[in-house]
Amino acid sequence: MATLTPAAADEATSTDNSKKRLRPRQQRSGAWRWVVLLIAGVYFLLPLYAAFRFAGLSGFGDVFTTPGFGSSLWLSIRLAAVTWAISMVLMIPTTVYVHLRMPRMRRLLESVTILPIVIPPVVLIIGVLQVAPLALRASAWLLALEYVILALPFSYRALDAGLRAIDVKTLSEAAGSLGAGWLVTLWRVILPNMRTAVLSATILIVALVLGEFTMASLDLQQTFPAWIVLFDQENAQISVAASIFALFVTWIFLMLITVIATRQSRRTGGAEVTLFTVAPRQTIGN
Amino acid sequence: MADMTDTVTAPGSHAGPGVRRFPSPLRAAPAPVRRLARHLGTLPFIAYVAIFLIVPLISIVIGAFQNPQTNAFTWSNVNIAVHGSYLHGFEQSLILSLLSSVIPGVVGLLIAYAIFTATGRAAQFLRQSVITASGVFANFGGVPLAFLFIASFGSVALVTGWLGDIGLHIYNLGFSLYDLSGVTLVYMYFQIPLMVLIILPALEGLRPAWREAAENMGARTWQYWRYVGGPVLMPSFLSCLMLLFGSALAAYATAEALTSGTIPLTSIQIGSFLNGNVLAGQQNVGKALAFGMVVIIAVLMTCYVLLQRRAAKWLR
Amino acid sequence: MTARANEKANETGTAAAVHAPRAGGPGEGMPVSLRNITRAFGATKALDGMSLDIAPGELVALLGPSGCGKTTALRIVAGFEFADSGEVLVGGRDVSGVPAAKRDMGMVFQSYSLFPNMNALDNVGFGLRMRRTAGAQRRSKAAELLDMVGLSAQAAQFPHQLSGGQQQRVALARALAIEPRVLLLDEPLSALDAKVRLQLREQIRTLQQRLGTTTIFVTHDQEEALSMADRVGVMRSGKLEQLAEPSELYSRPATAFVAEFVGTMNRLPGELTAAGSTVTVLGAACPVIEGGPASGPVDVLVRPEGLTVAPAEGGNGIVTHRTFLGGTTRVAVLLSGDTEVRVDVTSAAAAPMTPGTAVQVGLPATPVLVAPREP
Repeated sequence: MATLTPAAADEATSTDNSKKRLRPRQQRSGAWRWVVLLIAGVYFLLPLYAAFRFAGLSGFGDVFTTPGFGSSLWLSIRLAAVTWAISMVLMIPTTVYVHLRMPRMRRLLESVTILPIVIPPVVLIIGVLQVAPLALRASAWLLALEYVILALPFSYRALDAGLRAIDVKTLSEAAGSLGAGWLVTLWRVILPNMRTAVLSATILIVALVLGEFTMASLDLQQTFPAWIVLFDQENAQISVAASIFALFVTWIFLMLITVIATRQSRRTGGAEVTLFTVAPRQTIGN
Repeated sequence: MADMTDTVTAPGSHAGPGVRRFPSPLRAAPAPVRRLARHLGTLPFIAYVAIFLIVPLISIVIGAFQNPQTNAFTWSNVNIAVHGSYLHGFEQSLILSLLSSVIPGVVGLLIAYAIFTATGRAAQFLRQSVITASGVFANFGGVPLAFLFIASFGSVALVTGWLGDIGLHIYNLGFSLYDLSGVTLVYMYFQIPLMVLIILPALEGLRPAWREAAENMGARTWQYWRYVGGPVLMPSFLSCLMLLFGSALAAYATAEALTSGTIPLTSIQIGSFLNGNVLAGQQNVGKALAFGMVVIIAVLMTCYVLLQRRAAKWLR
Repeated sequence: MTARANEKANETGTAAAVHAPRAGGPGEGMPVSLRNITRAFGATKALDGMSLDIAPGELVALLGPSGCGKTTALRIVAGFEFADSGEVLVGGRDVSGVPAAKRDMGMVFQSYSLFPNMNALDNVGFGLRMRRTAGAQRRSKAAELLDMVGLSAQAAQFPHQLSGGQQQRVALARALAIEPRVLLLDEPLSALDAKVRLQLREQIRTLQQRLGTTTIFVTHDQEEALSMADRVGVMRSGKLEQLAEPSELYSRPATAFVAEFVGTMNRLPGELTAAGSTVTVLGAACPVIEGGPASGPVDVLVRPEGLTVAPAEGGNGIVTHRTFLGGTTRVAVLLSGDTEVRVDVTSAAAAPMTPGTAVQVGLPATPVLVAPREP
C-alpha cells in the first residue's frame, strides 16, 4: 500500500476531484433535503415555541430576579471552566501523543472514550459517591472531575478530527529536525494548528456542563440545570423560561465561536470549522 | 547550543542526527521494555480514566455481589434484580431503547446526509447551524426537556389542542406522553442530534468518486444506495445505532421527569436506590441493577468495536 | 505500436496484459464534439468557449497546468457538470440533456473509485449489472476483462487488498466492460509510482487501440500525453491553445505557451530582417516559421537538440553546468548578453565541456519559431 500514502498527500495539494463535495447533478434532486430539514425543524422548534408560549414574557423577566439564578449559573460556569481546563490538559497531549507515536492505539482510544455515552450517569455517580473521599464528596469540584469523563467522547473526537486534518507527524518531524524539543513543538507548531479543534471541544464541553442534570442533582449540587427544576408546580413558567434561556444562549455562543473560527481558519487556508468532521477544502474544478 | 537532533519525544537527549527517537537511558533496553516506555505517554489519561471511571464501576460490580450488612459474597442482589418488577424494568428499558435508537438513527442519518451534501451559498451556514444545534440539543434533557413536551404534547397542551382541532385526537388513538410512546417521542429530541454528530464522520468516508463511478456505470440513485452506499455505510450506521441504544438505556432524568415511576425503567429504579427509599437488606440491589446495565453495555460495546473495525477497512 | 507494446510487456513482466483481440462488437468508437463550451465557477472562468472535434477511435489527450479547465471539460462530457453554454455531441447527437447514467461512457477516475464493498470481479461487472445482464454472463464478461488487464488472479480480492496500479487496472476494466461509446480518463496515472505509470500507459494505449474506443485522456504530464495520444490538446485558462499530433506540437508549437509547456525550449534574442521573413540569431540567418510577429524585437525559440555546441577558445559562451541524462547530456551555457541556453549533445561529446569551458553555440539555418521578446 506504499503508493497510497504519497497519493493521499498529493490529493491535498493537487486539483484532484475525488475529495470534492458531491455536486447536485439535477437541481430537482435537492428537494428531499429541504423536506427532511423542514420536518426536523418543526419537530425541534415546536416544543420550544409551545414552551415559550407557556412561560410567557413574564416568565422570562422573573427568571433573572429569582433567587439562585445567579449563584447556580455562576457555579455552572465555573464547573465548565474547570472541566475544560482539565480536559484540555489531559486530552491534548494524549491525542497528540497517540497520533504521533501510537497510531494503532487510536481505535482503542476511540472505543474507550465512547464509553461515557453508554454508561448511565446514574450508575457512574453511585460508584463515584461510594469511593470518593469525604472532602471531595462534599465539594462541587467532584462534578467537574466527572464531567471530564462525560465529555470524553466529544472532546476526544473533536481533537482527533483536528489532528487528522493536519499532518501532525510531518509537522513535528520537521520541527524536530530544526532543533525543537517536544514541548516547543507542541506549543508553537501543533497547538496553533489545532485552534479550531480546541474550539470545537470547548463548545461541546460548555454545552454538556450547562445541560447536565442527573449527576448534579444526585450529588446534591445546585448547578444551573439543577436549579431550574426547583420550581415545580407553582412556578413552572420560570423553569421553562430558564431552560429556553440556557438553550438559546448556548446555541448562540456556539454559533458565534464557529463563525469566528471558520473565518480565522479561512485566512490561514484551513478548512471549514465543523465540530467533529474534517470538512474538505473547496477546490474549483479543473 | 542546539544540536540538529530530532528531539520530538526525547527531551534533553543530545544525540546526533539519524538517531532513533528513544529516550537515551532506554535505548539499551530490550524491545518489550521499549514498547512499554512508548505507552507511558498515555499514562496520565489512563490514570485519570482508571480513577474516575473504572474504579467507580468496579466498586459497583463488587457491591452488586455484597451483602449490605456483612459485605459477604451473595447472589441475592442479582437474584432480586432479575425478577419481578426489576425484570419488567429491564424489558421496558430495552424496548424503549430499541425504539429510541432505530427511529432517531434513521432520521439522524437523513438529516446528516442532507446537510453534508448540501451545496450553494447557504450550505456552509446550514451545516454549521445544524451541527452546533446538534451539539446543544444532544446534551439537552431532563426536567427542562420534559417540561417542553408537557407544554406541547401533554394531555391539554398546545400541539395536542391543534391536532385535536383538525380531528386528530392523539390521546384517544393510544398516544400518551407518559407512557412508552411519549417517552420515545421525547427521547428523540436528544437522540437525533446525537446521531447527526456521530454519523457525520462516516459520511465523510463516502467518496464522491464512488457515486460518480456508479452513475457513470448507469446506476440510478436507489441502485447506488442499494449496491454501494448502503453496504459501505452499514457498519458505521449499525455502530452508531449501538451507541444510541446505550445512550437511551442510560437516560435517567428525562424519563424520571416524565413518568415519575408510572413505567418501570431500570435507570429510574437505580436512581430510586440513591434517593434512599429502599427496603432493608436490599440496599445493594441498585448496584446489581447497575451491574446488569454494565453487562448489557459491555455486549453493546463489543458489537460496536467489531462493526467499527469493518467500517474502517472500507471507509479509510 | 502493438509489437513494441508486446516487447515492453515481456520486459516488465506484464506479458499477461496483452491478449487475443476481441471480436469487433458494439461500442466501436463514436465521434465526439465539443462546441463552444463555457463554464464559470463564480467569477472564475473554468472553460471559455472551448471547441474540440474527436474522430472515432481516436485518443485525444487534454494537457495543461492545474486550473486550465481540462478536468472540467471531461466532467462536462461525462455529465457530472453542466456547461453554462455550448453543447456536447456524441455520434452527432446532442447529449447535453442526457443524465450521466444514460450516456454510455466509461470513466476512470484519478483514484479510489472502486467500490470498497465489492471484490474486483463484482466491481468490473457492476456496469453490466446495471444493464441487467444475467449473472453468469456478467461474471464471464467481467472475468474476460480482468484477464485483459492481467488481473485474473485478483478477481476475488477487495480494493483495499490491491495496490494503486492494480486498482486502476480494475477501474479500467470496469469502464471498458460496458463497451462504452467514449472512454474518459481523468488523470488516472497521477497517483501511481513512476514505474507502474509507465506500464499502465502502454496497457491503456494498447487496449484502447485494440477496442477502437474514442478516448479523452486528461493529464498534466506532457510525457504521458505525447507518448499515448493520437492528438494532444494543450489548454490554458479554459481555452485550447493548440490541438495537434504530438510531433507537430513539439516541433511546431503554435504559441509561446505551448512551446514552453511541451518539452524544454530555449529563448534567444534575435533581430528580424527582410520584412520579418528571416531572423538573425547567434550569427546565423534563419528563415522564420509563419505565424509570429513580423517586426519588433523578438525571441527565437529553439529546442535543446536544435542547437550545437563545441569547445572553442573565444567562443560566444561559457559552460555553467551539465546534466547527465543517460545517452545525452544537457549542457547549460551562459552566452554573452546574459542569455542562458540548454543544449543537448551526446554524453561522449559533452565530456570535454566541463563547467567554465569556453564554447561556441551555433544554430543551423533551419526554420525557427519567433515570439515577441519577453523583458
